[in-house]
Amino acid sequence: MALLELRNITRRFGSLKAVKDVSLAVEAGEFFTLLGPSGCGKTTILRMIAGFDAPDAGDILLDGKSIADVPPERRPLHTVFQSYALFPHMTVAGNVAFPLEMARLPDAEIRRRVGETLDLVHLGDKAAQYPHELSGGQKQRVALARGLVNKPRLLLLDEPLGALDAKLREEMQVDLIALQREVGITFVFVTHAQQEALALSHRIGVMKDGRIEQCDEPDKLYTQPANRFVADFIGKINLIAVEVKASSKVLLQLTAPGLGEIAATDPRPIAVGEHGWFALRPELVRVYGHLEAADLKNRFAGTVKELLYLGDVTLYKVDLANGFVVEALMTNAAPGRAKFHEVGDPVAVCWRHDAGLYLRN
Amino acid sequence: MKARHWLWAAALATYAFLYIPLAVVVLFSFNDSQLNAQWVGFTTRWYTKLLGDAEMLRAAANSVVIALLSSTVATVLGAMAGLAMHRYRFRFLPFLVLTPVAMPEILLGVSLLLFFRQVLDLTLGLVSILVAHITFSIGFVAVIVRARLAGMEESIFEAARDLGATPWATFRRVTFPLILPALAAGFLMSFTLSIDDFVITFFVAGVGVTTLPLQIYSMIKVAVTPEVNAVSTLLMALTLSLIFLASRFAPDVLKTQR
Repeated sequence: MALLELRNITRRFGSLKAVKDVSLAVEAGEFFTLLGPSGCGKTTILRMIAGFDAPDAGDILLDGKSIADVPPERRPLHTVFQSYALFPHMTVAGNVAFPLEMARLPDAEIRRRVGETLDLVHLGDKAAQYPHELSGGQKQRVALARGLVNKPRLLLLDEPLGALDAKLREEMQVDLIALQREVGITFVFVTHAQQEALALSHRIGVMKDGRIEQCDEPDKLYTQPANRFVADFIGKINLIAVEVKASSKVLLQLTAPGLGEIAATDPRPIAVGEHGWFALRPELVRVYGHLEAADLKNRFAGTVKELLYLGDVTLYKVDLANGFVVEALMTNAAPGRAKFHEVGDPVAVCWRHDAGLYLRN
Repeated sequence: MKARHWLWAAALATYAFLYIPLAVVVLFSFNDSQLNAQWVGFTTRWYTKLLGDAEMLRAAANSVVIALLSSTVATVLGAMAGLAMHRYRFRFLPFLVLTPVAMPEILLGVSLLLFFRQVLDLTLGLVSILVAHITFSIGFVAVIVRARLAGMEESIFEAARDLGATPWATFRRVTFPLILPALAAGFLMSFTLSIDDFVITFFVAGVGVTTLPLQIYSMIKVAVTPEVNAVSTLLMALTLSLIFLASRFAPDVLKTQR
């Protein structure tokens, strides 16, 4: 049985449907992420799980039992707020002790658990300080400690890394993964940052306009997006409008009007004449000199329009015929060479027949 | 001359206009002369005389008791009003609470008098003064408490619930400690408003009960004696120090510095 289950949850604000018929299940011990652009309904879902908001239809179950009528203070789960929401008039230790005091644990037990948990987030020496004396990253860790100290069944995290700068964010991501593994508490994480979601989660539910578009493991989402939105939202991707020309069991013959024939693979039975999108990750595109690789399939001649040198990799934007642009990401792995092509160079882009995906409209 | 100098000159003129009359009162309260006409010499005998004036002392005691009681009650009710205004965003709620603040005092005085006499048939005295003072103080406390809450991050109250606190425990452990400075400031504000209120008190006091401002007024009907200067100086000192204290408790509402 799943630890947390949402069954056909709907939430309206006036005429706006913020959450539309969402169902999902989170297993015990899982790091589950709701990912989507702002306003997609992910925070509303989190607030309904926490009990600050109630669904207009549907049910929320914890351990198979509905918690619809349970007030927030009696739900065995805690929230880490985006703004940290630390109590400004209490010390770090006072903040972390708060949920234990509410649970009426004996004083000695409270002291022990607070000490342990502060050590866990490396804040043992800050116990007597007040929140306003701490840095953003430290406040973040106090909020985490406060959420974890009472060993909830579930920890909800609402964009907890949103207010941190890039470097600290990356450090906290690593810490968060280790922490979740160490304490073994189920995390439901909400973010709009797709890289963060990919890096942290066991599974991700990608949301758009109040619906879950796809719910899968990170690598599945990345390599097998269910639709154009998911493909575009997660990572960079080239999207080319195509028509299906021929379809055998596995092989798919596509035509991009104005560009030419594209070979792809797809195990699904797909009707000839169907319109859709050909999706291709930039790192699967190779850029050759214009005379090289002449005999390969999926080869298109063009010129380098722009390039973004990023140190470890270079992103090339290649102009093809009739205004088509393909982005290619190549590692700068050859010793002594920073990049392989310059702006204005005539080149050929090329990819394996199984590199791209066909996405239905 | 630069614009900045003009600004300074204007500011100085304004402050002079505000404070010179007050300074004169303070100065003449130490003047060794029956008349407020010319400086004769320094004395504190008017203050000594005050201490022997039984009528004045009784009025002062009344004022202090009324101020203490009314500001205590107003703080409790005003805090509840401020919390309600913060939580429930009804348009008419702040309107209802704040109207007595903006209402001309004379109007409030007349209406309270009519209410006490015609509707309640209450004998005017300490109780009617008390109720009147509570009425006009609530709004001030409510505004201060609401401003304090508006400066708080909303999610800390949710966080308390989320971490296992019942609504009551949330109030006791989080909300109350956080609005405590606002309550202190509100109490002090109410106290100063009550202790020097004249207009409304004048209407609802009835006969027999006098407060300090009423007593001063009845004394200057004869003449502005140095004794009036002395008691005014004391009242001024009390009010100023309370306002200073209040501004320390709630700097976000009663700004004294940037």
